[in-house]
Amino acid sequence: MKQEFKIISSLINENSKILDVGCGNGELMKYILENISSNIRGLEISKKNVQECIEKGLTVIEGNAELDLGQFPDKSFNYVILSQTLQAFLNPEKVLYELLRVGKKAIVTIPNFGHWKVRVDLLFKGTMPVTENLPNEWYNTPNLHMCTIKDFVTFCNQRELTLTKSISLSGKKVSYIKKSNLNYKNLTSELGIFEIEK
Amino acid sequence: MNKIDNLKKYIVKDKLKLDCGKEISNFPLAYETFGELNEDKNNGILIFHALTGDQFPYGINPITNKEGWWNYALGPNKAIDTNKFFVISANVIGGCMGSFGPSSIDPSTNKPYGSNFPVITINDMVNAQNFLLDYFKIKKLFAVIGGSMGGMQVLQFVSNFPNKAEVAVPIACTASHSAQNIALNELGRQAIMADNEWDKGKYLENGKSPSKGLAVARMAAHITYLSKKGLQEKFGRKLQERDALKFGFDADFQIESYLRYQGSVFVDRFDANSYLYITRAMDYFDLTNQFNGNLSDAFKGSKTKFFIISFTSDWLYPTSENREIVIALNAIGADVGFIEITSDKGHDSFLLDVPDFLNSVKNFLNNSYKNIHEARV
Repeated sequence: MKQEFKIISSLINENSKILDVGCGNGELMKYILENISSNIRGLEISKKNVQECIEKGLTVIEGNAELDLGQFPDKSFNYVILSQTLQAFLNPEKVLYELLRVGKKAIVTIPNFGHWKVRVDLLFKGTMPVTENLPNEWYNTPNLHMCTIKDFVTFCNQRELTLTKSISLSGKKVSYIKKSNLNYKNLTSELGIFEIEK
Repeated sequence: MNKIDNLKKYIVKDKLKLDCGKEISNFPLAYETFGELNEDKNNGILIFHALTGDQFPYGINPITNKEGWWNYALGPNKAIDTNKFFVISANVIGGCMGSFGPSSIDPSTNKPYGSNFPVITINDMVNAQNFLLDYFKIKKLFAVIGGSMGGMQVLQFVSNFPNKAEVAVPIACTASHSAQNIALNELGRQAIMADNEWDKGKYLENGKSPSKGLAVARMAAHITYLSKKGLQEKFGRKLQERDALKFGFDADFQIESYLRYQGSVFVDRFDANSYLYITRAMDYFDLTNQFNGNLSDAFKGSKTKFFIISFTSDWLYPTSENREIVIALNAIGADVGFIEITSDKGHDSFLLDVPDFLNSVKNFLNNSYKNIHEARV
């Protein structure tokens, strides 16, 4: 399983109620279902992925996170997970607020546009960066709102959203992001994993 | 008629108070079963049929000699696997395949009920079929499944009996019959009643048959079961066994000929009064209204796991109406899954060979049964 999913799973308490927004083919949900909590469901936009989730025996609702989160009552989940999808929404701010309305906590991961490889690509090649975490070209990327870890931390701070956990992932290396090392982690992290409360 | 008398029936001795206020008892429910009930009696599935369905979803219907209406979905190793599950299928009350309906004989007059048959509802149908579970001594079903009007029965069943089914699969249906659907049903009813042979519903005792009206009703309804794209692809403007237009009102086009054929075969197997009564039951169906405008309340306290399925090209029971049910269930934190299947085959998709649909049902049922009953061992 992806290192990212292991970290997300480690943040979740047993027997919590969980919603995985943009659950893809259900890999993370299946792991959580089998190891942490059976009370998990997903929201997924791709019909093919929904089929794969059903094959795995997962509860999944076909839908669009930008339109369909409204049907869930306030604080109806202990955790709402959003893995590497925030940057693809038309209105990420609205989605983030919806996650925090529906869930007591949100776990959000973002591909870091501040990673040094990304910076090098743009600085030396002068082309839009294509990396392992950002594999698409400028013309076919689903990512509308790329941000860096620093951008995201600032964004949350400005809105008084509490980052209860901030984790950096670089390759297999896991470390905590703190105020003191933010600029450094912004350069070295491929992925930021955040636990957020409102 | 004799052949229908010989069908398998359970006589419900209990009293059943209908929504219209009348009370019935000692009435027949014609049913069939497929597969074997296991020792724990936990593999039972009750399937509910649609408007013109019956208790023969699988195999050959002995009355019509046609294949069962859900042969694609039900049978050994199919989506609803009769090697695994014990499937009960009953003809709804109001129907014409042996259950208590307008063609049944009224003992007080020794004539068919005809228009004297009480107006029945989806709620009445479901309450009647629930008696079958007592007969089979099934305390809790594994699943209730149905498409179209069958899906409405699934919703009503879970609402009436919140802990009598582990899982529920309402397919291509609605919680509240729309104005458009009432309008379309009214069109069919008016076609039947405009036929002189209908004879105010007394055609059976007077040796008549409103087959022309019933055929028109079926033709109109049949169009609503298909999609525009599906019709265009299958028929287009192709001509029926002729090279040029004939400048008359014969069936010049293949689509005309097809609809006429559909109408003509339907009248051989369906009773016009049943068509009136069952479409009325559908029109009266408004589960939201039963719960004072809050559909969520219909399912409050239910532990049933739902899986709701709609089809992209279904304009009769569109995805939006199926989604209403999902939204109502999510509002109370119920366990609900939902998928919209891509298909050009319109509302009829649930009866046809649509692999994504059939696989979804199969995977859902098999995984759910494993999680509920086999994981505990």
